[in-house]
Amino acid sequence: MSDLFYSDIAFLKRGLKQKDFSSVELMKSLINRTNLVESKVKAFIDRDDEDALRQAAESDNRRSKNMTLGPLDGIPVGIKDILAVKGQPLRCASKMLDSYISPYDAKCIEQLKNAGAIIWGRLNMDEFAMGSSTEHSAYGTTSNPWKLDCIPGGSSGGSAAAVASGEVIVSLGTDTGGSIRQPAAFCGVVGMKPTYGLVSRYGLVAFASSLDQIGPFARNVKDAAILLESIVGYDPKDSTSLKVPTENYLSILEESVKCQKKYTLGVPVEFFSKGLDIEIKEKVYKAIEWYQSQGYIIKEISLPHSDLCVPVYYIIATAEASSNLARFDGVRYTHRSKDIESIDDLFFRSRGEGFGEEVKRRIILGTYVLSSGYYDAYYLRAQKIRSLIRKDFDKAFQEVDAIITPTTPTPAFIEGEKSQDPLSMYLNDIYTISVNLAGLPALSLPVGLTQNKLPVGMQIIGKVFGESDILTIAHDFEINHDYKDLRPNL
Amino acid sequence: MSNKYEAVIGLEIHVQLKTKTKMFSSAPYEYGAEANSLTDPVVLALPGTLPVLNYEAIELCAKLGLMLGCEIADICKWDRKNYFYPDSPKNYQLTQNEEPLCIGGSVEIEMPGPSRNIEGKHRFVSLNRIHLEEDPGKLSHTAFDSLIDFNRAGVPLAEIVTEPNLYSSDEAVAFLNSLKNLILYSGVSNCDMEKGQMRCDANISLRAKRTSELGTRSEIKNLNSISNVKAAIEYEIKRQTQILNSNHLVAQETRRWDANKMQSFSLRSKEEAHDYRYFPDPDLMPVVIDRARIKELKKALPESPLDRQRRYQKDLDLPYTITSVLCANVNLSNFFEKALAQYDSPKAIANYIVNDLLRELASNSKTGDSSLSIEATKMKAGFISELVEVVELGIISKQIAKEVFSEMFQSGKNPKLIIEEKGLSQSNDDTMIKALCLEAIANNPKAITQYKDGNLKAINALKGPIMKATKGKANPLVLDTMLQDLIESLD
Amino acid sequence: MSKAKIDIKYVAKLARVQLSELEEKKLSVQMNDILGYFEKLNSIDVKDIQPMAHAQKVQNVWREGDIAGSVLPKELLEEMAPESRDGQVVVPKVVE
Ligand SMILES: [Mg+2]
Ligand SMILES: [Zn+2]
Repeated sequence: MSDLFYSDIAFLKRGLKQKDFSSVELMKSLINRTNLVESKVKAFIDRDDEDALRQAAESDNRRSKNMTLGPLDGIPVGIKDILAVKGQPLRCASKMLDSYISPYDAKCIEQLKNAGAIIWGRLNMDEFAMGSSTEHSAYGTTSNPWKLDCIPGGSSGGSAAAVASGEVIVSLGTDTGGSIRQPAAFCGVVGMKPTYGLVSRYGLVAFASSLDQIGPFARNVKDAAILLESIVGYDPKDSTSLKVPTENYLSILEESVKCQKKYTLGVPVEFFSKGLDIEIKEKVYKAIEWYQSQGYIIKEISLPHSDLCVPVYYIIATAEASSNLARFDGVRYTHRSKDIESIDDLFFRSRGEGFGEEVKRRIILGTYVLSSGYYDAYYLRAQKIRSLIRKDFDKAFQEVDAIITPTTPTPAFIEGEKSQDPLSMYLNDIYTISVNLAGLPALSLPVGLTQNKLPVGMQIIGKVFGESDILTIAHDFEINHDYKDLRPNL
Repeated sequence: MSNKYEAVIGLEIHVQLKTKTKMFSSAPYEYGAEANSLTDPVVLALPGTLPVLNYEAIELCAKLGLMLGCEIADICKWDRKNYFYPDSPKNYQLTQNEEPLCIGGSVEIEMPGPSRNIEGKHRFVSLNRIHLEEDPGKLSHTAFDSLIDFNRAGVPLAEIVTEPNLYSSDEAVAFLNSLKNLILYSGVSNCDMEKGQMRCDANISLRAKRTSELGTRSEIKNLNSISNVKAAIEYEIKRQTQILNSNHLVAQETRRWDANKMQSFSLRSKEEAHDYRYFPDPDLMPVVIDRARIKELKKALPESPLDRQRRYQKDLDLPYTITSVLCANVNLSNFFEKALAQYDSPKAIANYIVNDLLRELASNSKTGDSSLSIEATKMKAGFISELVEVVELGIISKQIAKEVFSEMFQSGKNPKLIIEEKGLSQSNDDTMIKALCLEAIANNPKAITQYKDGNLKAINALKGPIMKATKGKANPLVLDTMLQDLIESLD
Repeated sequence: MSKAKIDIKYVAKLARVQLSELEEKKLSVQMNDILGYFEKLNSIDVKDIQPMAHAQKVQNVWREGDIAGSVLPKELLEEMAPESRDGQVVVPKVVE
């Protein structure tokens, strides 16, 4: 049973059903695997193995009574340290929340529990999801399983690395500007950001409210589809949650294999210009050629405001963040500085001590762009250009069903390489952030390895609620290649 | 105050709306509950929580706006007002900066007349807007630290902002009384200032008389009673007058009123003023106001206190002395309306309410004023209608009615029951009264002679003993006729 | 276009974040870099463009009815709070 940890959900479901193994055995296999590789990967901030084993035993008990709950019953799911799980620490990789325990479950956690999933671990991330490398964690850096001196990407670096290294079967991350897709690309797994409003944000500690979405990490498209399906749906507790009929993504994928729909795919010229790594360009072009060879229609398109996405994104995201993070103030539940003398002292010092460098940088930036005299020049202007970016996509989607781009301009970089140059770090999100600004769904799919054995990710962007389209397009590629079976050498 | 200057005053009034739950969470609210017993993860701004609008707050605020003659916006949006304060869990307040729900409007006020019994001049004070926002928690202070109770955090507030359209402390007081009464009539808030349900900030500036440009203003925060508003404005006018008279400039600043010291103190200057960094809240969606619903609300709007007072004076011919008392209290005038609906004798009913009922309320309330609410007593409006009816039908005298009234108030029994139980109805038993009359005539020959000589009042001497004998129950009208008939039949 | 200057001290005060002198210096340089990069945005005439505050155009979202939900036990707040007394959260004396 040594290979359980690298199995897919379909195999595990079958095995659990046929009693080939129990959920407790599956959980033990993951714990053993994690004990073996975690000292190298460092994907977890915190894990309660006993609690996970207890949940697994409950699942086995349900199964013995023929009372399984849902498609994920008995399957462990790793959780990014930004999603609230009742009774578990919720630190957002920050010293600010070092002793905070959440008294309630996020909506997605509630949904996973209702589906029978085992909620396991607090996966590492950039502090408050601010970063693209997981170096900005108060609890240490996660390594890229493919090359341990490289970063895994971020902010959901722990979620991506844990899936890639077989520590978890699937995991949840969050994506504000690429924080699922970029680490998925760097770690060679599938990562998906759903349409804004498809998954409830209740219980997701807000970074930038108008951009944040929760999404799945998996080693293949079907597993991502299963996990996504279990967390979508309208939630009255999130006013931005949308009332849309839920789709059975897995059966859509199974159907698609039989009657292959040939989509029209758009290739935006702006995403293949300067700054793009030559090997990545080559791999993504090769994938596009494959689609063409399969009868897909390939169209060159233009997203003319693409080069404005980074500044627009960093203005909106930091502005919202500066306000969202104001609640971490040293008063009710966060770190409070010692020997404070006044209320202002309490605010200044608790926040000065509790927040890391990148978080402070973004709070300062966000505060500045909203401050008196600068609002129109920065925030309002960014909101207006955001409309233009959305319009670019709307226009493109009149001609194409989905858009293909590289997920990142470079493969995973060496730890420390960009951490002292925030602007170059921000530019790493250049291909992913426009999707958040426009509120669209997108996924990153492994399309091979560089000569240095680092994964390359391809991004497929869909229309609003085009989840089933992009899953289908990705799945078609995946089953006709064997990149999903590539494993890091740990 | 020297006569050189004129004060210009604008007020901002925060009113807690009477919803059961908070504006953006379903935590209940109740004044006086145990500290921090009415919170939830949203109220405390725990990580990951999100606000969801309570539509009732929109409804109540729109109703208030209509009552005050505001324009109701087609769409309202939510903004974040960012500032750090320990009673504000998110360290931003959800408010309506750009798109308030209610725009414009006015409040009709009555200035004090030359005496209590003479109606004063009326005028309209213009409003700028009314917007919705959330209340912060409550801080209390010890000698060395401060304690926070978050129960109040998130309670919906309507913030009513006037134009700088008031010119004296008396006008401000008249405005607040009028506004408070209007809100109580609308039923959207209890406006109990002691419970913090209504709070006021005042902006005050002076300018040379007969000029139109506004002077530099100071803002006085934290005024939690109408008398504090009056005192703070008067203090501020004096303070600014002294500054101007000594040829100094008034500083633009925020000041805090200390009701114990009867002084205001500077909190912060314009330079240190907040930079609130307003921006549209990304967690809440805009609300498009349903015009049909606004029409419905407008149709169902209660009568305003001053309209009601005018109607009482014009249609019911009640004097100002009565209507000013009746309409100043929504419970009292609603009580009057109820009684009137059951028996149409406005003057008599109003008299009972304004004189007898208020007296009973005053003598039965602990504080000695008439603030004991009618709802809290056993008194019913129908009792007063019945009482007036039995008096007017001659069943009891006005004097007996006083006794019945007290009994009604104390016991909560209806007047007919009291009259029956105590045998108070006027006797119209002709044979008994005739016998008593004949006895009286026989005993008072002198009075009969005087009566016959044309002194009609002499007959009253006969009535006293008869009333005494019947314990006041003889119907005076019946008695009069009978005595006259009997005396005339003596001839 | 002249380069935007950022008054780090003022902004840090607004944001209630204490910065060391070194942090202040570093941030000043980095912010000016970032703000310089943001000047790209000035290439667009935004006069007649509607700002986009939400990713999806949705309106009129509210709770069904003014119905009370559950409350958080006050003991939980006491447990979470760095300092509390008599069921209330304690902070240094607020002068205002
Ligand atoms: Mg105000
Ligand atoms: Zn206010």
